[in-house]
Amino acid sequence: MNAPSRFFTPLARLLHWLMALMVIAMLFIGAGMVASVSQRHEWLLHLHKPLGIAILALVIVRLVVRFSTRQPPLPSDLPLWQVLAAKASHLLLYGLMLVLPLLGWAMISAAGDPVMLSSTVQLPAWVPANAQVFAVLRKAHGYLAYLLFLTVLLHLAAALFHGWVRRDGVLQSMLGKD
Amino acid sequence: MVDHSSPSRRPLGRASLLLRLAAIGVVVGAVAGAFAYVNGTLDPQRLRPKTLVNALETNNGVHPGYRRNHSKGVCVAGYFESGPAARAYSSAQVFHEARTPVIGRFALPSGNPYAPDSSVPIRSLALQFSQANGQQWRTGMNSMPVFPVGTPEAFYQMLKAGAPDPATGKPNPASMPAFFASHPEAAPFLAWVKTAKPSASYATESYNGINGFYLINANGQRQAVRWGVVPISQDTKEAAAPAGADFLQQDLEQRLLAGPVRWQLLITLANPADPVDDASKVWAGEHTVLNAGTLVLDSSQPQLSGDCRDINFDPLILPSGIEASNDPLLAARSAAYASSYLRRTGEVSQLHNAVQESKP
Repeated sequence: MNAPSRFFTPLARLLHWLMALMVIAMLFIGAGMVASVSQRHEWLLHLHKPLGIAILALVIVRLVVRFSTRQPPLPSDLPLWQVLAAKASHLLLYGLMLVLPLLGWAMISAAGDPVMLSSTVQLPAWVPANAQVFAVLRKAHGYLAYLLFLTVLLHLAAALFHGWVRRDGVLQSMLGKD
Repeated sequence: MVDHSSPSRRPLGRASLLLRLAAIGVVVGAVAGAFAYVNGTLDPQRLRPKTLVNALETNNGVHPGYRRNHSKGVCVAGYFESGPAARAYSSAQVFHEARTPVIGRFALPSGNPYAPDSSVPIRSLALQFSQANGQQWRTGMNSMPVFPVGTPEAFYQMLKAGAPDPATGKPNPASMPAFFASHPEAAPFLAWVKTAKPSASYATESYNGINGFYLINANGQRQAVRWGVVPISQDTKEAAAPAGADFLQQDLEQRLLAGPVRWQLLITLANPADPVDDASKVWAGEHTVLNAGTLVLDSSQPQLSGDCRDINFDPLILPSGIEASNDPLLAARSAAYASSYLRRTGEVSQLHNAVQESKP
């Protein structure tokens, strides 16, 4: 018999915790830099761009890992609405992790600014320069980042609910130990 | 399905359940609270980009689609011809290629796009050099040699001193003198402004980068500098500003019909004692000045349809070979320009109406 593991694979867990750190750092960096006129604005911006591209690369690896490995099943006694909420929030998390870096890259392109990851590393612009397109992309980047933050909070609350209240092994499946 | 955890699960008592739910609330609340501090919600006193842009809007009114400062201007285009002088100091391609295309913008330093040209004795020139390697150098320069203040906080206080009094709709006449009395760092600017007159032409002005930067050469050596452009023909430098509100753009268009207008790009090397990070201070005494090349402007376009309209002349968009100093005004300009840029790019569709309104 080939019973599914109670735990996510070590690679999936590594990617999860690494990206959890990066995404939360990224959300704080983004919110902090647009709310500052100090030199923090500049050095946070210099972190934000390469970190965003790193998240984009990692989320693609992660999607491949996700679809090529078996996931531990959700507990059989989980109410249907929680099953649906879990599936919808994961879809949202993956979607936003993929879309936000692309939006950031696109909005810099649409502003006509060089897309610089460092003083010498430059990415191509993949959206033609257009002020109105820039405004739409830039606003979407901000609003969707807030949506991602709220989804992360929900994910955190649900994980702790599984671990501390339901004690059903869901939190352990990502921690990798009982 | 495998239910792998139920064997060890015992029901929680009421107190234990509430405690655990409260603990989850504390963790989630702590993360949300930290975020609300970082984004400024729980730190309302922090000077934010939007604070500066809001202050500009308070002082000048909101003119949708226009820049929140230096709102009245004209687009220009041309190129930069480099000379050898800066090559040993900077690896930036702009100093090594024979010719680099330039898009620029002349403007008045006011947030009112309908301000008369003679209302301020200062003119500005913003430039974007587009290097062949895809990197860009953007710089915003002004005809004054120093900035009135050295920090964004003091600049914000200056904007507030110029804010209209709600009772009269005009700034309190005592506010600006009171501001300057409490900001002695503005003395060099005030000394300059006493001698400054609104010029009759954009073409006869010198424009100064004001903030300090570093040139970095291929060996990684850093040289602190300030830069500026000086007109090659100064024919009517002393001409008084003519009557009328919009003579600067006309004058420029007429001159360009006769041929390109030119400036030398001069780069002043800092002496060891010079204040690199304080734009309110003069670099006094003898200095080595490099003549980096010639800026040639050969065409102009109206600002509402020209190529400069959608450029954010962010002074921190720099090619490798040029780096920012620690002047706090540079980061503040970059942050505030981004805020202004987002507001006005979202209003581009309203510009057409604005043009119609402004016609007599």
